[in-house]
Amino acid sequence: MSHYEVKPGPEAFLPPAAASMGNVLPDPGEAHIGGKIVPEEEAYDKAARMILGAKVPTIFPGPLVLWKWTDHVAEKAKAIRELAIEAPMRIIPMADYRPKYPKIEAAVEINPNHPNLTIWHNKIDVCIFIGVHCHMANLSLKIIRGGTSCYTIAMCAMSGHEDACLSFRDADLAMIEKLKATIKKLKSEGVESQAIPFTQFKMSRSGPIVPA
Amino acid sequence: MSKEKIVLCEDLADVMPPEYQELVETATYGNQDRGWKDIGSSKELIEQHSLCAGCPESIAFRYILASLPAPENTVFVGSTGCTSLVFPHVAVHNIHSLFGNQNAIASGLKRTLACRFPDVEKDVVVLAGDGATVDIGLDMTMQSWFRQEKFTTICFDNELYANTGGQESGLMQKGFVAKMAPKGKSFEKVRLAEIAREAGCAYVAVLTVSKPNRVEQVIKNAVLVAREIGPTFVQLYTPCILEIGKQSMEGLDEMKDSETIGGRFVQKEYITDEAQKLLDSIKEETKARKKAAKDKKTVTA
Repeated sequence: MSHYEVKPGPEAFLPPAAASMGNVLPDPGEAHIGGKIVPEEEAYDKAARMILGAKVPTIFPGPLVLWKWTDHVAEKAKAIRELAIEAPMRIIPMADYRPKYPKIEAAVEINPNHPNLTIWHNKIDVCIFIGVHCHMANLSLKIIRGGTSCYTIAMCAMSGHEDACLSFRDADLAMIEKLKATIKKLKSEGVESQAIPFTQFKMSRSGPIVPA
Repeated sequence: MSKEKIVLCEDLADVMPPEYQELVETATYGNQDRGWKDIGSSKELIEQHSLCAGCPESIAFRYILASLPAPENTVFVGSTGCTSLVFPHVAVHNIHSLFGNQNAIASGLKRTLACRFPDVEKDVVVLAGDGATVDIGLDMTMQSWFRQEKFTTICFDNELYANTGGQESGLMQKGFVAKMAPKGKSFEKVRLAEIAREAGCAYVAVLTVSKPNRVEQVIKNAVLVAREIGPTFVQLYTPCILEIGKQSMEGLDEMKDSETIGGRFVQKEYITDEAQKLLDSIKEETKARKKAAKDKKTVTA
């Protein structure tokens, strides 16, 4: 079967699942870029360059890192926040997976059933999924590839995602920190962040503290 | 899940939507006196619902979720129907089963939870419509009662298949004409409460959801008896206002009419002696605990 390159979209209303096109998941110690299996080191460099080169790079943390169900998860959350500050990147949570009524607040949240709305609203050009359950990440990544031009990166704690433009596997605390270190290294070498200046929104029980 | 795990990661808490921050701060997880009166003063465990405007099922959901003795240690098992549209919006663990399989799934789940968490009381509650409970799933429902599986079965009885346009169900009343049952039902409404009693349920209740205090008491009784003794069954009348030709505001009146003397849903309970003894002791304990708390408060003041 010919190699199917997983590129940013918009590809089609219903893009094919990359797995159905013959793409396979990386083995431990590997990652994939556009569907091509590469050593993990190469993926760090590519991901860091994509993040620094983006105008609106964004992290989408999912329930697995938003809720403190173990102390280790709290450490991951801390690392994610530090990664966002280092890049800099926006953080928009995927707090749950319900189809939200009457509509989601696209400026401050993303939902796997219509992630394109958040991408379009915020003009996000590079995003990272961390802590999203795999079945929901798969759904979301396909919709994003189908309807937007966003470059998707998956930091998956399991076996990775064929439908992301770039996917790590077995992503733990050390890997999040390594991505941050790679970004820091590239910046020290003169690669500048192209991100549009922004203020990270903050929420309270009664709504936004800093208007989104 | 336990109450201690309903906590946000500190470093990302400030980006979480307000409804979650409120859930963590003001929901009544862990409060042993939680009940329907908390509605309005604390965060409910149902965020939104996708049911029709004025649907009595939505209010039933709210009362049930407010009345569960320990929502942090409860798992719902749902089935196909209008109820399955609501579970994605509920802050209690839940499993969607295939149509009619709910009591079989719940049996396995309850046994597994008992093995996995021997020191924690995990409640399993089946919540399904009348089609899933009485028609398609009657085999699984009754077999779980025969086996004396220790969980609660709640049936939302709207007397037809509402979700698919108004087909006849076993719990439909005799002679009723629905959109997809134009000739009218030719046999009597299945007497499920009596079947449940004879099949071995230790506690059985039939009522409408017009009175929240009654719903609260029945749900608490059912869950607590299921923990200690055996299967329990609650049949709640939640009329489908669309399929019986009512307006959004008329659901409550419909329920009140049906529970008047001689109506189909006059409240009734079947309680075994063993279950009654347990409920009496729980009542005494609660009374003593509340009295002690009140005395303590008076001394402090």
